[in-house]
Amino acid sequence: MIRLENVSKSFTLHNQGGAVIPVMEGATFDVARGECIALTGNSGAGKSTLMRMIYGNYLTASGTLKVGDVDVARAAPREILTLRQHTLGYVSQFLRVVPRVATLDVVADPLLSVGVARDEAHDRARDLLSRLNIPHTLWSLSPTTFSGGEQQRVNIARGFAHDFPALLLDEPTASLDPTNRETVMGLIEEAKARGAAIIGIFHDSEARMRVADREVNVSQFTPRRVA
Amino acid sequence: MTAPITPLLSVRDLRKTYGHRIGCADVGFDLYPGEVLGIVGESGSGKSTLLSCLAGHLEPDQGEVVFDTRADGPRDTRRMSEPERRMLGRTDWAFVHQHARDGLRMGVSAGGNVGERLMAVGARNYGNIRNEAIDWLGRVEIDETRVDDRPSAFSGGMQQRLQIARNLVTGPRLVFMDEPTGGLDVSVQARLLDLLRGLVRDMGLSAIIVTHDLAVVRLLAHRLMVMKSGHVVEHGLTDQVLDDPQHSYTQLLVSSILQV
Repeated sequence: MIRLENVSKSFTLHNQGGAVIPVMEGATFDVARGECIALTGNSGAGKSTLMRMIYGNYLTASGTLKVGDVDVARAAPREILTLRQHTLGYVSQFLRVVPRVATLDVVADPLLSVGVARDEAHDRARDLLSRLNIPHTLWSLSPTTFSGGEQQRVNIARGFAHDFPALLLDEPTASLDPTNRETVMGLIEEAKARGAAIIGIFHDSEARMRVADREVNVSQFTPRRVA
Repeated sequence: MTAPITPLLSVRDLRKTYGHRIGCADVGFDLYPGEVLGIVGESGSGKSTLLSCLAGHLEPDQGEVVFDTRADGPRDTRRMSEPERRMLGRTDWAFVHQHARDGLRMGVSAGGNVGERLMAVGARNYGNIRNEAIDWLGRVEIDETRVDDRPSAFSGGMQQRLQIARNLVTGPRLVFMDEPTGGLDVSVQARLLDLLRGLVRDMGLSAIIVTHDLAVVRLLAHRLMVMKSGHVVEHGLTDQVLDDPQHSYTQLLVSSILQV
């Protein structure tokens, strides 16, 4: 479902003397349907960078990066938008929303954008918010005022609302209490069972051992720094 | 995977100069139905000139602005007759000005401001026009009791929402917006952003938004064009351009934002 071949990336800092910093070289691996792989490596090895490249949030310098039939490294913005709408989900560590929009609508939004009827989308959103223990009383409020942990759970609910065939999870269990952590593990296992290909970053090693089928150490793709 | 759809607006090689000075040059892009394009850049970068050329308020020196019309398919709006272009401006196109006063008739009631655009496309039944106007005031969160008040009695944020209602009442397919949230305080901005996003989704609108506010484009625009000295220096997915800017000017722009 997801296939990376010889993917590389560097940052050029024009305003710092045009310094070129290579950050990724020769990244090659693939993820099958129903499989979850965990990206590992030290902080700064490029786990999040790689994830952002797969999502099309960072540009890829060379190589092919296929999600389904779409080569994200070469796709037009419009193709990437369609991919993100239907195929590729991403649960980042931060919730970014339009202020004033109710939590229920924030979670239902990905479903509405693929044409699911409003009632059905809201039912699914309610179900997810209940499972993630977001109190009823908060559903009509904007999540911008919520605590960090609550925002994280709203973000997860939103990420799992639509059954994406491919999912990117950046620290989905960070800052969660045991009960909610268990719920998120459950959501990931359900997604795998329905055939989703998942790439995750889990610092929580217990979570990683439980849901990940394989580990890919990103350090092997980190270019040797030219001194 | 993506079906080949005709772009709603297709711009090629657009150029506008003021004497020796370049307003904008070598601008080309396609805008698809339902898409929101943001244009950012500092003041004087040519973004407002570009918007005026696209909307037909300024005559460009060269280039094509092809719009997919309902009746006749794609047509170069620069080759249309003046009445045809004006009709387009009243029906399928809308223009939201930075200063609501430029887009409203200040001496006419709020209801009149909305109703006027309906009458311009042939609505004649007073009761229907008034009901439609009230419905639209509600959608932009202006209370029905204010329908007979003049916009001069409205706050800046309300004037801006009224301008949006006036523009959208005829169900346009393409909306041009020039700094739609500029000059409004942040709580009003948030409300307006929420409103615009909802309208874009529900009506399937396409929009071109000129702004210098990167937070606004991040929330509203699918794609982003960065302009400097009349030229487009970078163009891509909004979050990609903001999070992984390639051009030195965009890097400077993004790193200059004050963090809250």
